Amino acid sequence: MTDAKPDPHSEPDAPLALTPLHALHRELGAKMAPFAGYDMPIHYPAGILAEHLHARAAAGLFDVSHMGQAFLTGPDAVRHFETLVPGDMCALAEDRIRYTQFLNRDGGILDDLMATRWPGSQSGEERLFLVVNAARKAHDFAHVTARSPELALVAVTDRALLALQGPKAADVLSRILPGLADQPFMSMRRVAHEGAELYVSRSGYTGEDGYEISLPGALAEAFARRLLADPDVKPVGLGARDSLRLEAGLCLYGHDIDESTTPVEADLLWSISKRRRAEGGFPGASRVQRQIAEGPARRRVGLALDGKAPAREGAEIVSPDGAPLGRVTSGGFAPSLGRPVAMGYVDAAFASPGARVDLLVRGRPLAATVVPMPFVPTRYYRGK
Amino acid sequence: MSQTRYTKDHEYIRVDGDIATIGITDYAQAQLGDVVFVELPAPGLEVAKGGQAAVVESVKAASEVYAPVSGEVIEVNPELEAVPATVNEDPAGKGWFLKLRVADAGELDDLMDEAAYQDFLKTLG
Repeated sequence: MTDAKPDPHSEPDAPLALTPLHALHRELGAKMAPFAGYDMPIHYPAGILAEHLHARAAAGLFDVSHMGQAFLTGPDAVRHFETLVPGDMCALAEDRIRYTQFLNRDGGILDDLMATRWPGSQSGEERLFLVVNAARKAHDFAHVTARSPELALVAVTDRALLALQGPKAADVLSRILPGLADQPFMSMRRVAHEGAELYVSRSGYTGEDGYEISLPGALAEAFARRLLADPDVKPVGLGARDSLRLEAGLCLYGHDIDESTTPVEADLLWSISKRRRAEGGFPGASRVQRQIAEGPARRRVGLALDGKAPAREGAEIVSPDGAPLGRVTSGGFAPSLGRPVAMGYVDAAFASPGARVDLLVRGRPLAATVVPMPFVPTRYYRGK
Repeated sequence: MSQTRYTKDHEYIRVDGDIATIGITDYAQAQLGDVVFVELPAPGLEVAKGGQAAVVESVKAASEVYAPVSGEVIEVNPELEAVPATVNEDPAGKGWFLKLRVADAGELDDLMDEAAYQDFLKTLG
């Protein structure tokens, strides 16, 4: 039996960073492993399957403090920021959140992120709050600083980030922080708690209703313990975070999207508004606009396998007569469905739902069908 | 009389005469986590010592299972196709993978006995 491959995002000999919840993870019996330079919980004693199903049935608590948090501040910051991303930041109301991507000059994705339009300062400066991927934060912050010298990017290094996800997340959080049950999806609220300010966003990475809560690192363990004291809440590690987001059809940077993929190829066109598609004004705009007009040569699609054997990242996708079409970028067993699913890139001719393909696993073809994503219906909060 | 031997890759082999039953140890199933699929060889296949004999897939990852000794596959466990989690629940019993007709009993001498395997596990921390 061989072990799983080591984390490609961690330097083999560099000391691992710890999140403010590290001691709690150990106390809870987590299996820890390096991820993006941090010693992170992969799963707890319950195991990935049980943690996954609990997040779908009740509420899961995730430590995502390894992710990068930063404020970007300055005169006209929103318009400047639009030169780096294709998302419509100017149309974003205060305390609303946008999912978007940093692009390179070819329209390749440097990272994907959540950007919140923060209230401006009294002096008229605009401000954005960014949450980026852990493995990309150093790169992203250097990129923004180099490209926007007129703005101040300040990395937030003293705050933890917790995610509370699942159909009972709103009930659970309301017992500790009243008034958040009707917070709109993709909005931000600042909430006073224990003399500090919590940044509570209604968002997540599981397809479920839920929140991400940024709070001072010094308060994180006590707050996590209060959440975990609720019988509806169980801790969930990065293993189930990955299977949950796969079922929700969400991209994982470095796997489903990277510098070689554009937002159009990655099926993220929904994140680019009509105005920005027409106006451009972001890196790689001409290529992105051409792909919108002509259709991309390849596209990220969902794949439902006929059999029970999973196909994982790297598996080749071929047509029924054996012609190469692309590769699986994420794949595995979907615990909520009890069967394997995958996503990957295929030639445009095979990118429509219903197309039949084969996934080559250990040299053998596994039959699969191109299907729409998400694999499991999302249950984001859409108001009462 | 049967005897059980172990590999450093955490396969066990229980030998009774020239028939050996192969599976993965309790330590291995705990490391893998929830098993969701097992790929087993076709009976009749000749496997070489150290060669791939099966693949076990957990939610996390796919892992290869190697043949502890050389031999011919004579039977595979049909239960694992229907209920792969049997590997987690009873790895040493109902969760066995396959049976081999052992080609060279001398190859068993290279493997650890129960006491040596338990000592080996202690070195893994």
